[in-house]
Amino acid sequence: MSGVPEASDPRRTIVVWCPDWPVIAAAREAGLSLESPLALVEKGLVFACSAAARRDGVARGLKLREAQYRSPALELLDYDAALDARAFEPVVRRVEETTPGVQLLRPGALAVRARGPVRYYGGEAEAAEALRAAVGGFGLPVRVGVADGPFAAEQAARATSDSAPVLRVESGGSAAFIAPLPVGVLVDPRTATLLHRLGVRRLGEFAALPADDVLRRFGPTGALAHDRAAGRDGARVLARTPPPEWDEQVEFEPPLDRIDQLAFAFRTRAESFIERLTDAKLVCTAVHVEIVDEEGGVSARDWLHPRWFTPGDVVDRIRWQLQGSGSADAGLRSPIARVRVHPERLDSTGNHEEGLWGTGPDERVHHGLTRVQGMLGHEGVVTATIGGGRMLADREVLVPWGDRPPEGASDRPWPGSLPSPLPATVFRERVPAGLVDADGAVVTVDERGSISAPPATFTVAAAGGPRRVRAWAGPWPVVERWWDEATARRAHRFQVVDDDGAAWLLVRDADEWRAEARYD
Amino acid sequence: MALTAPLRPSRVSAGEARERADALRARIADMQSTRLEGRAIPTLPALHDLLPGGVLREGGAYGVEGSTSLVMAMLAGASGAGSWCAVVGVPGFGVEAARLAGLDLDRLVLVPAPGRHWLAVVAALVDVIPVVAVRPPEAVGAADASRLGARLRQRRAALVVDGTWPQSEVQLRVAESRWTGLGDGHGRLTAREAVVTASGRGGFGRASTARLLLPGVGAAAERVDEGGALGAGDAADGFAGPAVTEQAPAAPLRRVAG
Repeated sequence: MSGVPEASDPRRTIVVWCPDWPVIAAAREAGLSLESPLALVEKGLVFACSAAARRDGVARGLKLREAQYRSPALELLDYDAALDARAFEPVVRRVEETTPGVQLLRPGALAVRARGPVRYYGGEAEAAEALRAAVGGFGLPVRVGVADGPFAAEQAARATSDSAPVLRVESGGSAAFIAPLPVGVLVDPRTATLLHRLGVRRLGEFAALPADDVLRRFGPTGALAHDRAAGRDGARVLARTPPPEWDEQVEFEPPLDRIDQLAFAFRTRAESFIERLTDAKLVCTAVHVEIVDEEGGVSARDWLHPRWFTPGDVVDRIRWQLQGSGSADAGLRSPIARVRVHPERLDSTGNHEEGLWGTGPDERVHHGLTRVQGMLGHEGVVTATIGGGRMLADREVLVPWGDRPPEGASDRPWPGSLPSPLPATVFRERVPAGLVDADGAVVTVDERGSISAPPATFTVAAAGGPRRVRAWAGPWPVVERWWDEATARRAHRFQVVDDDGAAWLLVRDADEWRAEARYD
Repeated sequence: MALTAPLRPSRVSAGEARERADALRARIADMQSTRLEGRAIPTLPALHDLLPGGVLREGGAYGVEGSTSLVMAMLAGASGAGSWCAVVGVPGFGVEAARLAGLDLDRLVLVPAPGRHWLAVVAALVDVIPVVAVRPPEAVGAADASRLGARLRQRRAALVVDGTWPQSEVQLRVAESRWTGLGDGHGRLTAREAVVTASGRGGFGRASTARLLLPGVGAAAERVDEGGALGAGDAADGFAGPAVTEQAPAAPLRRVAG
């Protein structure tokens, strides 16, 4: 390569590496300080730890108990790969602004083809420094390595220190640079153990083995590793295509304080939001709506759609999120300064193509129900599923139209739940009632579950005057969550039939009678 | 059968032929209603005696008083046959009881609190949902009722009103209800035998009565079998008939009155 300018070798690669990225991302999300010992846990083992924890002797792969023993003040968080990747996205975008052709090696490490930036900035050192400055703007620790191929460049980045954050390995010197590294950095643990047993401990020793023998003994994976160890890294930086930006965000200056104003102002933006998706042959089945008011208060939630969003649907969701249960012309608590809509889930239009003979009946139902939701709000139209529980109102799970019903628990046994036939009217709020004996004294149930006297008459609020008890049965105890004082419930149920032939389900709570349901 | 029988003019005199034609014409007139009937909506056989023509019809409004179970029974046939159903203005609609009555919860929509918009909500729902039940929070005027009725006929939907309705095809009412299974401090409710009376305009214009099990035992509403068919005309006599024994609910009853 002598005589050729350093940057013309297409394999030259710059790797930008943020040490301890998973810990930094998790600590920022949880609002914790990096000064304290902190570790991320995956499957019971330490996945990553902060510098403070490392000083106490915590290391990756340590068992949880061992790590806590070494560092008693250790703060533990679950490792969240999605958060890791999501938090790194702004960093990738910043680097892409500085130089095109960025490959994401993993959250925390980027590879950039050296040729372009070296020509632009006038040298490898200058290019590395420019990238370091770009990422350093986020307040992150940054190390940069420059070498032939992504593997050697990453090893170079790892060999840097706080005082010298950039390391350049001269062109053609990569093999010599990685030769003293242990084989474990290149091959999987099983192969590493095998190589150790064979007496091969350094990459240089591994590279010295004949290529044919390595291929025969370790297969293609081993041969690839052997090539890398010998500095013949064939890998190139595979630049990613930056994902398109679908988000739609509107700032209101001055902030708007009426919902209808806001809906009107967002209308055209919603149209362009959906239009851009349609142009990319995508439909959106879930959106995330984020509304920021003047005082900085944020209201964010996900909205699902049983089919896909149209511009009107997006505006509706923003309105519903703002108005809650109020009506459309209601004022807001605080004027709205910013609205951001982000598609949570996208799907190809091909999966949502309408049938040849127009649309099915269910789509008509959906449109009709959406109209009613427009009148009454999102919660106004519900579908029902049966959930778990002993009290009748607990078992009815009402889900607003368009939302996903929760996982059912109705198939589990619920001892103490009511046998069939079930009452046709269930009071969501139990109605005050009274059950008295022949002397007019309130019937009570004692600790042992026996009643003070047989009931003679009962009253139910909002259902007229006293009724004579014609037949009755009870008490049927319902004891729930006795282990938790705050939510424990102890009640006794009675079935009562009055003179008119109407049957009621009465409940004796701690010290009052209520009607739970009516058999009508 | 008479229509498809081969004509043998040589044996039939002119007088006989005219007589037969008149009889057929009268029969056709009996079958025809004054206005165009909507198509039948699947209905539980147990309700056959109570409804004019034996079934719910598209475009009709049906009043039901005093029993949510009876409302469920009215919806159950259509829901079981795959139609969507909606219930408006009934916050305490017992969903689990509805499922036992034969309603399919996947195709049931509830609007528990429509407030003052209830009439507009019902009008919007009948556009897309073939059977809508509503409990009006206030008395409805004749003008509103006929406007909604026109919409029902246009959209081919049926309306079941929990309450009274000015232009209902029929008004059902639970006249008498008797629970079995519950004693004096023991037992549990097992079944209810209800005497349901039907009154109002429609094909018959006279009252009819039927005994139903409301709710049925783990199934849709069943008509109580009394050993003989209860025709629409002699239903009033059947009312005073023998009491139903406790075994009655267990018998598989899905008979349509002849």
